[in-house]
Amino acid sequence: MSDEVLRSDRPPESGATRTGEFKPTLQLGTDHDLCAGCGEPLALRTILESIEELGLAQRTIGVIGIGCYTALTSLMDLDLIQALHGRAPSLATGAKRMLPDRLFFTLQGDGDMANEGLQEVIHAAARGENITCVLLNNGVFGETGGHMTATTVLGQRTKNTLEGRDATQHGYPIQMVDLLAPLGGTAYAARGSVHDASGVVKTKVMMRRAFETQMRGEGFSIVEILTMCPTGWFVPTAKGPGYLNEVLGAVHVTGEWKRDGRLLRGAEPEAPNEAKERGAV
Amino acid sequence: MSQRGHVVIDIERCKGCELCIPACPPQVLRMTGEHNRIGAHYPELLSGCTGCRACWLVCPDFCFEVWQFDEPGAPGARPGE
Ligand SMILES: Cc1ncc(C[n+]2csc(CCOP(=O)(O)OP(=O)(O)O)c2C)c(N)n1
Ligand code: SF4
Ligand code: SF4
Ligand code: SF4
Ligand SMILES: [Mg+2]
Repeated sequence: MSDEVLRSDRPPESGATRTGEFKPTLQLGTDHDLCAGCGEPLALRTILESIEELGLAQRTIGVIGIGCYTALTSLMDLDLIQALHGRAPSLATGAKRMLPDRLFFTLQGDGDMANEGLQEVIHAAARGENITCVLLNNGVFGETGGHMTATTVLGQRTKNTLEGRDATQHGYPIQMVDLLAPLGGTAYAARGSVHDASGVVKTKVMMRRAFETQMRGEGFSIVEILTMCPTGWFVPTAKGPGYLNEVLGAVHVTGEWKRDGRLLRGAEPEAPNEAKERGAV
Repeated sequence: MSQRGHVVIDIERCKGCELCIPACPPQVLRMTGEHNRIGAHYPELLSGCTGCRACWLVCPDFCFEVWQFDEPGAPGARPGE
């Protein structure tokens, strides 16, 4: 490395190949109103790229929950249904039963899935509904100001647990993937994290496997993604990834929890060779 | 220094979160003291990019486009003027 500053306002004039476009093909633009350092747009990229790579763009319907991620729908070049808070798994159940050849995914937060709509997702999983639920877990009700949710970890400071979540007062966190993986109707369950480049790559592997599980008709799939919410956590944006990995990641353990109907409890998914070769992982 | 990769940075989209800085394995991204139109500091590129795409994977605001040189040190990877 030297301190020579290169022009970065334009591509190389010749002799180079573009290996990463600003945005996925299924993303309509790059402008969004989510906070600096938010992890949710990174999760969006893993979803859109997986759909594109599986050639399912024309056959996918997203069912969207309520949270900061709802604002990302304006970027998604997909058919979408807006659900009431927490109800996306039930809406996706009905729609999938009418249109069984489509790929259905829900996009929900921890407040949406683990608080507002906990029974919806549990029953959808237990019934083995052939849908994929995507949980963006930041441990707070981000959009409404950063309050405690059912997934907030012990000791975590939120707007209504200023001294940190205390089990004697606030109870214990619910680990969603751990809860859903053992159910008979669950075919695939994994938890990723977007705290670094390797985490994003692994999360995308999980997303693809979940969608493939659904397209093979094997049953319910869940991909939980740990996402940064520096605004809700009282943490500077640059410290968000470390906080996510060390504090939330210690309780919500990443890895594959169920694959091909077999319980794995946190196995590491293999990163694709291509990413390894480039040194991104 | 020979260039294996190159990034185009959309500095006007940048919100200054700094997530790309520690993500870059060869540490060729550095925050500038300049502000963009929304008042955020943004990164600049030093020589030695490998085109690994780590910055591209972690930027929540889709500010990076990544290029790989067919031959390392090809034209186009010029210092700023
Ligand atoms: C039935 C209902 N109750 C409450 C709300 C208010 N509300 C909007 S967003 C939100 C929090 C969402 O939290 P989460 O799903 O974790 O998403 P995040 O913002 O953290 O990404 C709440 C409670 C609502 N819109 N509808
Ligand atoms: S409040 Fe949290 S989840 Fe919502 S946009 Fe900001 S950082 Fe993201
Ligand atoms: S592509 Fe890799 S080496 Fe180049 S700036 Fe981005 S992170 Fe750094
Ligand atoms: S990660 Fe993106 S938004 Fe954040 S400082 Fe780097 S270029 Fe800007
Ligand atoms: Mg949340």
